[in-house]
Amino acid sequence: MKRVALLGMPNTGKSTFFNRLTGASARVGNWPGITVELMSAKVLLGGNMVEIIDLPGVYDIHGFSDDELVVRHFLENNPVDQVLIILNTTQIERQLSLALQLKQLGLPAMLLLNMSDEAKKFGVTVDIEKMSQALAMPVVLLSAKYGSGYEQAYQAISGAIQTSQPADTKEIRDKLKLESQIEAKMESVLKHAVQIPAQMTDKLTTRLDSLLLHPWLGLPLFFGVMYALFQAIFILGKPLQDGVAWALGLFRGEILDHLLLNLPAPVQGLLLDGIYNGVGTVAAFVPIIVLFFLFMALVEDSGYLSRAAFLMDALMAKMGLDGRSFVMMLMGFGCNVPALMGTRVMRSRSLRLLTMMVIPFSLCSARLQVFVFITTALFAPKNAPLVLFSLYLFSFAAAIITALLFKKRYSNIEPFILELPPYRLPTWRQIVLRGWHEVRHFLSRASKFIIVGVVLVWVLTHFPLDATPAGNDTWAGMIGGLLAPILDPLGINQQLAIALIFGFVAKEIVIGSLAVIYGLEGTALMSTMAHQLDWVQAYSFMLFTLIYTPCLSTLATLRNESGSYAYTALALAWPLGLAWTVSLAFYQGARALGY
Amino acid sequence: MATVSLSTLKPGEFAVIAALHTDEALYHRLAAMGFRIGKNIELVRRAKFAGPLHVRIGTTDIMLRRVDAQRIDVTPSSTPQ
Repeated sequence: MKRVALLGMPNTGKSTFFNRLTGASARVGNWPGITVELMSAKVLLGGNMVEIIDLPGVYDIHGFSDDELVVRHFLENNPVDQVLIILNTTQIERQLSLALQLKQLGLPAMLLLNMSDEAKKFGVTVDIEKMSQALAMPVVLLSAKYGSGYEQAYQAISGAIQTSQPADTKEIRDKLKLESQIEAKMESVLKHAVQIPAQMTDKLTTRLDSLLLHPWLGLPLFFGVMYALFQAIFILGKPLQDGVAWALGLFRGEILDHLLLNLPAPVQGLLLDGIYNGVGTVAAFVPIIVLFFLFMALVEDSGYLSRAAFLMDALMAKMGLDGRSFVMMLMGFGCNVPALMGTRVMRSRSLRLLTMMVIPFSLCSARLQVFVFITTALFAPKNAPLVLFSLYLFSFAAAIITALLFKKRYSNIEPFILELPPYRLPTWRQIVLRGWHEVRHFLSRASKFIIVGVVLVWVLTHFPLDATPAGNDTWAGMIGGLLAPILDPLGINQQLAIALIFGFVAKEIVIGSLAVIYGLEGTALMSTMAHQLDWVQAYSFMLFTLIYTPCLSTLATLRNESGSYAYTALALAWPLGLAWTVSLAFYQGARALGY
Repeated sequence: MATVSLSTLKPGEFAVIAALHTDEALYHRLAAMGFRIGKNIELVRRAKFAGPLHVRIGTTDIMLRRVDAQRIDVTPSSTPQ
C-alpha cells in the first residue's frame, strides 16, 4: 500500500484538508519511532489504496520542539511514497521554507497551496507553473474551506503515486543525522550536567503568591502597597521639586533678568514669564516623574504588577478591559503620560484605544496638588481627607462609566495571557537605566508641546498690551466672559474659568495661575478664595478639574500613541462633556437641596 | 484517555496538554510560553469571580483567562510526570 504523509504549518487548514480527503474513516494509531499517536486513514485514490497520515503542524522540521521531533522521527522510520506539504497561500513568503526543507531531504513532495480564496481577496497571485518549475515539484492551488481545487489535487496526488517509490529512510536518516547528533548531544549534556525536577517551583515565589494572590487578602494588600509607594514618591520628591524650583528661580533672578534687561518689555515678558516660567513649572515636576518611573521600574521588574493584573482581571473583563489596563490606570495616578505609553504592550488596537480613553480619568499627582490646595482653603481640617477620598471615588467612577459606554465601540477579544515571573529584586543598574530611558522619552515628547502651550497662554493673558495682565480685558478674560454662560450654571466664576484654561496646558499651573489672577499668594490667596467661594462652588470646580480635558502632554501622547486625530478629538470632547454634566448635576443638586 | 478542557481543572491538579484549538496568533503566543502538546501542566489557582487561571508548565507560571483555557484540551493525570 502506498503511504502519503500530510505535513504543514499549524493553522493552514491541514486538518480540514485531511478530513475532506479521508471522510470519516480516520483512526488514531501508533507509529514506529514516535511516542505519540497520529491520525491516519485508508482511502481509494486513482485505483490505489492509499494510507494517509496527518502529521503534527510544524514551522520547521529542523527544530527541537516536541512536534518537530515527532515529524522528523516519523520520516526517519516510516518510508513514505509522497509528502503533501500544505501551506497558507497568503503567508507563502514565510512558509515556503518548509517546502524547501523537505525538498532538501529528497522526499517525493507535492505542494498544496491552501486558502486560495483568502489569497485572492488579499491580491496574492501565484504562478503555479513557474513555482512548480522552480521547486521541481507539483503545485496545486486549493481552498480546503470551500472545496475548490480538490479535483486537481486528487489527480495530481493519484498521478504522482502511480510511479512513486517509497523514500529511502536510510538516506533521510543520514541527511537528518546532524540534527540527531545535536539532539543526542543536547540530551546527554542535559542529562549529565543539569538536573530539572519534573515540576520546578521556587519556594519563595510560591509562598509569596499564596499571600499576595490570596482570594480575599490579595487586593487589599495590593492597594496598601501602592498607597505606600505613592506616599514615598511624594515624601522623597517634594524637597527635590522645591529644590529645582528654587534653582530655576535663582537662575532667573541672578542671570536671566540681567541678560534680557535691554529687550522690549513684551519680548522680555514672553521669554521670562511665558516660556521660562512655563517650562520651569514642568521642569520642577521632573524629579517626581523620575522617582515615579524608578519606583514603577522597581515594582514592574519585581514581578508584582503581573500579579495585580491577575487579581483585577475578572472585574476589568466586565468593562471590556483586562488586567493590564488596570495596571496602566494605576500608573496613571502618578502621571497619565507614561501610563498611556505603557499601553503599547497590548496587541489589540481596540483594547489599547479603550484603555487610553480611560487612563486620563486617573487622578494624577498634578491634579492632587490642586485639590490639596483647595480643600485646605475651603474645608474644615477634619473633612479634608474625606473630600479628597471622594474625589478618588469620582475618578474611578468616571473611568468605569467611560469604559462601559465605549466598550461596544472598542470591543475586542484579545486573549489575555501573561507570564507570572518569579519575584525578584531588580539591580540598581536595571532600575536606573529603565527609569532614565522613560524620562528621556517623556521629556522629548512633552517639551515641544509645553513650549507652544505656555506661549499661547502668556499671549492670551497679556494681550492686548494695555490690559492688566490676566485681567478681564485681556483675551483670556474675554474668553472667560464668553464661557460664562456655560460655566455659570456650574458655579464656576470668571477667575476660576481662566484657571481652567491654564489647567488645560498643565494642571500644575492651576494654582500658580490663580495666584496671578487674584494677585495674591499662599495663605492670603486661600482666605480670599474662602471669602469669594462657598464649598459647593469649590467642589464643583474640583469635579470639573478632575474630569475635564487631560493636560496638553496627555493630549499629545494620546495623539502620538493612537496616530489618529479623530480619536484624540473624541478623547478631548468626551471628558469635557462628562465634566460639565457631572459638575452641573452636583452644583444644581446641592443648591436645590438648600446648600 | 479522555480529555477535558484546561478550564475545568481544580487547583493542585495535574494534566498533560492534548490539543490546542486556537488561531495562529494565539498558538504562537502559547507555544512561546511553553504550551506544547505532551507537556505537563498544573493548575495552581483560580481567581475569584470567574477571573483568570494561574497555571504552571515546567518552570514557567502563566495566567490566562478561562475563555482562552477552554480552547486547550488536557488529559488529567494524578501526578506530575
